[in-house]
Amino acid sequence: MLELDFIFRREQFSLSAKQILTAPITGILGASGSGKSTLLALIAGLLKPQQGFISLNKKILYEKKSKTWVPSHKRHIGLVFQDGQLLPHLSVGHNLLYGFNNIQPSQRRFTFDNIVDLLELNTLLDRRPVALSGGEKQRVALGRAVLYSPELLLLDEPLSALDERLKNQILPFFLRIYAECKIPMIYVTHAVSELEYLTDTQFVVQDGQLIAGK
Amino acid sequence: MILTPAEWQVLALSAQVGICATLLCLVPGIFFGWLLARKDFFGKSVLDAILFMPMVLPPTVPGYLLLVTFGSQGVAGQWLKKHFDIELAFNWKGAVLASAVIAFPLMVQAAKLSVQMIDRRLELAASTLGSSPFKVWWSVSLPLMLPGILIGSIMVFSRSLGEFGATITFVGNIAGETRTLPLAIYSATHQVDGDAMAVRLIIICLALAFFSLLMSNLLTRRAEAWLGVRRA
Repeated sequence: MLELDFIFRREQFSLSAKQILTAPITGILGASGSGKSTLLALIAGLLKPQQGFISLNKKILYEKKSKTWVPSHKRHIGLVFQDGQLLPHLSVGHNLLYGFNNIQPSQRRFTFDNIVDLLELNTLLDRRPVALSGGEKQRVALGRAVLYSPELLLLDEPLSALDERLKNQILPFFLRIYAECKIPMIYVTHAVSELEYLTDTQFVVQDGQLIAGK
Repeated sequence: MILTPAEWQVLALSAQVGICATLLCLVPGIFFGWLLARKDFFGKSVLDAILFMPMVLPPTVPGYLLLVTFGSQGVAGQWLKKHFDIELAFNWKGAVLASAVIAFPLMVQAAKLSVQMIDRRLELAASTLGSSPFKVWWSVSLPLMLPGILIGSIMVFSRSLGEFGATITFVGNIAGETRTLPLAIYSATHQVDGDAMAVRLIIICLALAFFSLLMSNLLTRRAEAWLGVRRA
């Protein structure tokens, strides 16, 4: 359960949210520049709001009143970026293990082999990110985030750089990941069709506010 | 081309000074390059100007300043002598310091540019995967800076081989101690029968400069291919 009640301002831009997100997969729609990625960055701890609080599963991640601030590397929130952001100097295998190796063995909820099988990455492990297609990069980025065993997975327009054919190939992997791993997800996009495929719970970022959709 | 023992000595000393100056510039060069590229702080422009001053000053100016600071009468020189029994003036170690001071901006500039070219989102991705700021720097930023550090190191080494003004002002031109390639060429051109020696040393300088730049180019291409920025 993610509770948001904050205000973020930067120059002329402002974003406020007062919502409780409880769905397994929450979809967030919004036009370009509306603040969708900013919202995810605030949840992930890459940006700091000016007021309010953010909590995940009753744990306070940010609270102005008590001056609580949990930095991004201690939040256990995975983030899959638009273009994967795989580390170019590491092989696919080492990219997948990057977050996995940052947590204690007791915190690991999935094995490397499980996730590699689930996302069909077996043949890619020795390759460098530069040798991957867009769809393969996103699958690796998804696997890397899942292997970190996050409490919440944020997906920031993960398919926006792919064509329709590839999108249709990758979308089922998100459902498969939720079905197998039970990690709640927040999926941000400007494509209504992607959200309709993934979830019924939708929010919209509009006029600097996060509001309930349908 | 056969070199005399004295010329081999010049070559070995030049290489020794060049390698030591490069090592001396490495860590502070990476630090200041990163600092200037990533941090905003009061006095940043002043620091930037100070760090790059050796590039625009006549080399004799830093040489003289080194002499009054690290010479036998200088505050730092006396302190080093008293506590560590180290003498820099008129000593090959002083030639290393003079070369490092002159070439340092090249390392800072190379490191700064390499940091500016790193996609910040890679570091943010590493941070959301549980890496502390230091681990992000160590496991992501530093490897991605490698091509720049490599270029910086080769440039510092090459510049050290050619360092003349600061070296002769600070440590003099002592055969076997501080006489590096450019000083040996200078000495040879002032000897009645030194032309042949000067020509041999000039050929070595040309070859070293060419191979340094060639190496810089090849290693950068290799490093970029390794990082996935460019295919080999």
